[in-house]
Amino acid sequence: MLGNLTWSAIPFDQPIPLTTVCVLLLAILGLLTLVTLKGWWPYLWREWITTTDHKRIGVMYVILALVMLLRGFSDAIMMRAQLAVAAGNATGYLPPEHYNQIFSAHGTIMIFFVAMTFVIGLMNFVLPLQLGVRDVAFPVLNSVSFWLTCAGVLLINISLGVGEFSRTGWLAYPPLSEVAYSPGVGVDYYLWSLQISGLGTLLSGINLTTTILKLRAPGMGYGRMPVFCWTALASNLLIVAAFPILTATFAMLLLDRYLGFHFFTNDGGGSPMMYVNLIWSWGHPEVYILILPAFGVFSEVIATFSGKPLFGYRSMVLATMGICVLSFMVWLHHFFTMGAGANVNAFFGIATMIIAVPTGVKIFNWLFTLYGGNIRFTAPIYWAIGFMVTFVIGGMTGVLMAIPPADFVLHNSLFLIAHFHNVIIGGVLFGAFAGYTYWFPKAFGFKLHEGLGKAIFWCWFVGFYLAFMPLYGLGLLGATRRLQHYADPGWQPLMMVALGGAVVILIGIALTVAQLVVSIRNRDRFPDLTGDPWNGRTLEWSVSSPPPSWNFSILPIVSGPDAFWSLKHQRTPAASAVALQSLNVPKRSPLGFQIAACVTLMGFALVWHIWWMAILGLLGVLAVGLRNAWRVDLEEIIPVSVLAAHERAREARVAQT
Amino acid sequence: MRRIRDASAVAVDNCTWVLARRGIVLATLGVVGGCSRGILDPHGPVGESERLILFDATALMLAVVVPVILCTLAFAFWFRSGNSHALRRPNWEYSGRIEFVTWSIPALMVLFLSGIAWIGSHDLDPPKALASASAPLEIDVVSLDWKWLFIYPQEQVATVNQVIVPVNVPVRFRLTSASVMNSFFVPQLGSQIYTMAGMTTQVNLMASASGAYKGLSAQFSGAGFSDMRFDVRAVSREEYDAWLKTTREVSTPLDAVHYELLSRPSVANEPSVYGTVAAGLFDAIVKNPGAPPVLSTEDNSDPSRR
Repeated sequence: MLGNLTWSAIPFDQPIPLTTVCVLLLAILGLLTLVTLKGWWPYLWREWITTTDHKRIGVMYVILALVMLLRGFSDAIMMRAQLAVAAGNATGYLPPEHYNQIFSAHGTIMIFFVAMTFVIGLMNFVLPLQLGVRDVAFPVLNSVSFWLTCAGVLLINISLGVGEFSRTGWLAYPPLSEVAYSPGVGVDYYLWSLQISGLGTLLSGINLTTTILKLRAPGMGYGRMPVFCWTALASNLLIVAAFPILTATFAMLLLDRYLGFHFFTNDGGGSPMMYVNLIWSWGHPEVYILILPAFGVFSEVIATFSGKPLFGYRSMVLATMGICVLSFMVWLHHFFTMGAGANVNAFFGIATMIIAVPTGVKIFNWLFTLYGGNIRFTAPIYWAIGFMVTFVIGGMTGVLMAIPPADFVLHNSLFLIAHFHNVIIGGVLFGAFAGYTYWFPKAFGFKLHEGLGKAIFWCWFVGFYLAFMPLYGLGLLGATRRLQHYADPGWQPLMMVALGGAVVILIGIALTVAQLVVSIRNRDRFPDLTGDPWNGRTLEWSVSSPPPSWNFSILPIVSGPDAFWSLKHQRTPAASAVALQSLNVPKRSPLGFQIAACVTLMGFALVWHIWWMAILGLLGVLAVGLRNAWRVDLEEIIPVSVLAAHERAREARVAQT
Repeated sequence: MRRIRDASAVAVDNCTWVLARRGIVLATLGVVGGCSRGILDPHGPVGESERLILFDATALMLAVVVPVILCTLAFAFWFRSGNSHALRRPNWEYSGRIEFVTWSIPALMVLFLSGIAWIGSHDLDPPKALASASAPLEIDVVSLDWKWLFIYPQEQVATVNQVIVPVNVPVRFRLTSASVMNSFFVPQLGSQIYTMAGMTTQVNLMASASGAYKGLSAQFSGAGFSDMRFDVRAVSREEYDAWLKTTREVSTPLDAVHYELLSRPSVANEPSVYGTVAAGLFDAIVKNPGAPPVLSTEDNSDPSRR
């Protein structure tokens, strides 16, 4: 009846996961009770769960990313604590079967459900506003994408309490991830979770690419698009090109595991090397999918707070698109040590280094944007300057490892771990936090607490250096990644410093929560009445904070780059004075939520080989999809009276300041 | 910064660490004799060449990276709002000359590093034989769950989790895996290489000083991965010959039966030796990694070959 699922799947004998699960269940139960008692369900259902508003979907993505950051970070600090004690003959407090799940979960969650989710959330929220349009190209699909991501998140977290997670690292290299070596459900949780959320990401990529290419305010040619839109375009093009590779690769591994195929097995003509090539031909573009939008955030933040247009706009665009193309030509640098031969290794090494050229140009352009500016030191610019200082170090160690003979001694070492945390924390995460702080007032109508914002930055900045600089040193000492314990007690002091760094980051994360609480409680003290709290340059600052569901009562006419900046400096008639016209916005839709519910059921059933339930889930997807296809009433009309009332209220608020 | 420095001083007891700015471990050199760890303290030509490349490339890049960091901090500080001395240029957004320079600097840098990468990739290609007066010693390596098997094909002996080599003699390793992927790595000798089932990879290494060097797997391979360590002992020719003589007297043979016992998953095996090795064992493992080896004494034509 329930396939392979038995009571033994619940980790009653393992205190750490069991306690975690109990605490989580209690927290979720408490939250649900609160929502029920307060009678918030109808509101949540109407305004959030079924929303097709890109802003709300963006906000939900970011909330999801922040929640998963807590999960991913718990894994991180457990690993650091383990390595701080497991020296010499000690084996620490986490046995290998648990430790191996933790580092696999840490990588998977941080990349797919924190970094990706955060970045997609920011793009979702910002893109239509910056492009001067009313929503993304396919609003219902957008909701489907988000909920598919949630389904993936749900599955990966169910694995904590029912069964186990993968113990094969975040990319699940075969043959280790094949049934012969990983017979448990861990790899299946990993695969189905990422197949489902990966589909969501692909749909999101298609949606945002279409939005940028087909929907822009009148007059906004490609040469006038804000740089964040350009980086988002590059990132989403990469999603569209790369994620199908991931899906196909995982599909092959699933066929191996479920139906006895031999794509990547040791026997039967399988080739694990093929998997490594395929996964990295997705995996390398993936890192640019993450970092390019972060580059976009920094471009916006540095220009805004320097009070200057971005230096070298055309160079920036060229560099962005150059990186977009080049990122597909370098995947082999992740396995120079596979023995491909000197010519192949040298080709991919040099191709990798060439990416450093457009990236270097970007750094110089930000530098010259600061030059001659009038820099206001707000929290977002802290993140930006912290990024510039940190990222060049990570870039340098990256180029170092692009030299094949250097990689022969650095590959898979803690030096590598330090390198990619250097670029992912120092680049993507700093960018995500800069964007979060920068656009928060736009989303909610009040600013985040500035002092706490700076404190969070310093915790992450100092914590990062403390946690990862020792890892560079350990890598040079010959320490490899994924060790559960090590013989050389000489490594221990550096491991302890790294744990100290993780604790400093923990303080930063606690302050992030505190900042949210404090800012919400004191929201009247830092309100954003004008919609333009930072003296911004792009169109998202031209509308009220938070923007109405239709974004723009009148579509802006764009006559140059930095569209809002030029609008501010020429006298434009107030929106209420212009003849308003009623407009259509897409209706809310439960489709995304329903599909995700069915798909979660299906994924869970497939993990445990409960075939009837899997078929039921699949039929459910078909049913809700078909029902949606027969909808006739797709849009609702916003009458002129509502638009006019909104604009009058906005002008009154602006006049107040 | 203080804390890092103190910690690392303890970390490498008799090594002197030079910690560069921002905590990057730039150039760490075992100055005091006997420092015996890490890729910055190589004891062989491959590791030495790789360290040189590492240093050259780092120094070259620091020449750009350090000024960029300093400029970032200086510009940000000088152009802070409130500094009445700063000359503001609120509309300055383009300069052809500066753009030319900003594209040129990284381009030139990459051109130079590409030369290093191209030449280095060819000089240090793992299968490339090392220049030496001595003929290379051949050792076949098999990664098992979770230990290392070393077969000396000419000498017909085998060892587990330790490998004894004569000093200043190049060693040609042929590697494969009997189960999942691993990476064969002796940090102080240089280049690592993957071991993969069903195929062989090669790496040539040489120890230029006698001593014991730590080896490990650098590719995660499952539950016993952390204990997949081995020792490389580089000894004089005389000691090597003596070791070979005593090893050959060991009665345990590495035949199909003993290989099957050895290949069962086990963790943290003590080093051991086999006095004789069945002929063609390594090739049989390559041909049929997971299964018990089909050993043919006459020829290597295996009917089950796919």
